[in-house]
Amino acid sequence: MTTLETPAPAPKTPAPEAPVQARRSVAARLASGVAGGALRVFLLLVAVFWLVPTFGLLVSSFRDPTDISTSGWWKVFSAPAQLTTKSYESLLENGDVTNALFNTIWITVPATLLVVLIGAMAGYAFAWLDFKGRDWWFMGVVGLLVVPVQVALIPLSGLFRDLGIFGDIIGVVLFHVGFGLPFAIFLLRNFFAEIPRELLEAARLDGAGELRLFATVVLPLAAPALASLGIFQFLWVWNDMLVALVFSSSGSQPLTVALQQQVRQFGSNIEILAPGAFISMVIPLAVFFAFQRQFVSGVMAGAVK
Amino acid sequence: MSSAVTKTAGGAGALPTPPAAPRKSVTGTRLWVAALFLLPALVLLGALVVYPIGYSVWRSLFDADGSGFVGLDNYVEIFTDDATLVAVRNTAIWVAVAPALVTALGLIFAVLTERVRWGTAFKLIVFMPMAISMLAAGIIFRLVYEQDPDQGVANAVVTSVHDVFVDESVYPKARPNAQAGDLRPSGGGSFTTEGTVRAGTPALLPLVGIAPNRLPGTPQDAKASTGSGVTGTVWLDFRLGGGGEKGAVDPGEKALEGVKVEAVKDGKVVATATSGTDGTFSLPSSADGARLRLPGSNFAAPYNGIDWLGPALVTPAVIGSYVWMWAGFAMVLIAAGLAGVDRNLLEAARVDGANEWQVFRRVTVPLLAPVLVVVLVTLIINVMKVFDLVYIIAPQPTQDEANVLALQLYLVSYGGGGDFGLGSAIGVVLLLLVMPVMWVNIRRLRKERQR
Repeated sequence: MTTLETPAPAPKTPAPEAPVQARRSVAARLASGVAGGALRVFLLLVAVFWLVPTFGLLVSSFRDPTDISTSGWWKVFSAPAQLTTKSYESLLENGDVTNALFNTIWITVPATLLVVLIGAMAGYAFAWLDFKGRDWWFMGVVGLLVVPVQVALIPLSGLFRDLGIFGDIIGVVLFHVGFGLPFAIFLLRNFFAEIPRELLEAARLDGAGELRLFATVVLPLAAPALASLGIFQFLWVWNDMLVALVFSSSGSQPLTVALQQQVRQFGSNIEILAPGAFISMVIPLAVFFAFQRQFVSGVMAGAVK
Repeated sequence: MSSAVTKTAGGAGALPTPPAAPRKSVTGTRLWVAALFLLPALVLLGALVVYPIGYSVWRSLFDADGSGFVGLDNYVEIFTDDATLVAVRNTAIWVAVAPALVTALGLIFAVLTERVRWGTAFKLIVFMPMAISMLAAGIIFRLVYEQDPDQGVANAVVTSVHDVFVDESVYPKARPNAQAGDLRPSGGGSFTTEGTVRAGTPALLPLVGIAPNRLPGTPQDAKASTGSGVTGTVWLDFRLGGGGEKGAVDPGEKALEGVKVEAVKDGKVVATATSGTDGTFSLPSSADGARLRLPGSNFAAPYNGIDWLGPALVTPAVIGSYVWMWAGFAMVLIAAGLAGVDRNLLEAARVDGANEWQVFRRVTVPLLAPVLVVVLVTLIINVMKVFDLVYIIAPQPTQDEANVLALQLYLVSYGGGGDFGLGSAIGVVLLLLVMPVMWVNIRRLRKERQR
């Protein structure tokens, strides 16, 4: 729980603090006490404000459809007996939904592994191999970082149709691999470049070839970066709706697309949407809480050094 | 969409510095080894990212089904077609409002959480939405914004606050008994008698339209008023089981308490009264000869809250959900920047007599400027691609009002439009909008290499 703590807080300087405080009058101390109280109340309200939307949907997912249509979710506080797992049970008995859940996994796992592996290989080449125009190629990859996925929807639906993989899980996976690679290469190349040269040379003296060097020295050293990248790519693909909306069909659609189709009749479908949304959120939230450090450090790696 | 954080963030312009020493391969690379490592990535990038860019540019010059060359007509259409213009306008609103709002909130949270002990827990709560999909966030906020105050929490709060300040009307569905009594509709939901009231002759104002067992509270039986003043009775001219004479106060018929009665002479209100527990009211003698009016406020429908997802508010409402998702991102990045700020500078300012606001405004914010710019630029890129939130939260009838470019691209190409020419043109426009950042990234990298 401590990873969201601001990393390496600058050492507080207690020395000048003491005399200042001593000089403070009673009134000033009272004023700062009131301000501190107001600050705490304000932050508490913000926290509640941030939690209520999700909490409302969570409670709704545990209510009976008839209760949902007659009263607001906050009524459970006065009638906790309303809570039931009925919506979840009927949802998990629905073959389309479980199928979509498996599709999400079949899309996410390969798309994540492929990006990490291919990205690591290219990142290593850009960091430690000699070839003509290495830095120019790398600049090209960096340029691709900001390309919006929307640009590729129309061209790739044509290409995938020609290849016969439109509507197939493979197409969705390929799309995510393509758009995951620029960031993967960028992140890993920068990480690999920081590996001390002596480490690689020592392995070379032991007679390791380029491939063995990569597999036995570089990859284990880069485990934290690989984990950060893997978590990001995993969440990105798991949470995607747009790409799957275009490139999957009824048999290959992931959970996000299956749920999206129920949104049109929002009011009458809340007993599907609420538990469905939570099933789709369980994995990302678990990953988030389990790997906060990597999650946050990934955010930082991308944006600020 | 969490990894969008870094995907776009990587583009935001702060690239880590590579080590200064040139990294020669330690083994002496043979070409085929380099090719082995690079080829998979380059082939995939070429086919899945580079080729689509080229194809989109080419395709955008052709018509809907790709058979006829139309030049730049598709681009002209983006800025002339009404539906697409709304999307352009809304994207501009998004870019102008959302990143600034998110960054400002992130800055406030980052600075304030440093001063409480549970700041870490607070950050965790605010950052959590980054992990979930925009679809889930959309469903969450669709429920928040539901119009019915018994469903959507936003309107539940709004209506309960509203009811504190505005008296709820007592009998929303009541109306005069048309067969008995002489109350007639007089505009604005009010009812006025045709005849005038005389002192000593109690006025009878019978109402119907509510079931006696649905009346609020425990109503008493109505009483015909007596006395010599200007008086009358407002009551429910109906009792369970039926019976009784229409237009007369029969035993068992319930009084309507708290109904406002106005005495009107020549269109002017000369006196007002409110019916008591037994339904009777009495007016001052100045009301003698006036007509009686029951103002519309007695019968107004209950306040139903704000139409969040109606045409006027749908874009701000969706932006609100975006702020909820991304404020944590800005907060965490700014907090990291804040950790690198030299506390001695802040302390020095305090010793010099600056108050907290001055320290924040004159010292903290300028020191954080580089981080704030990175956050802002990252969000601007991200906002231009927002699709899921609008698609999910805006209900069908107002989706056109909430449209943004990224959604319009999908709608014209796949959402029944089938116009790949226009869709490609919108895609190219989106790409052009992020080009400056692409250029900044590459330039920065080159500079670092030359150092």
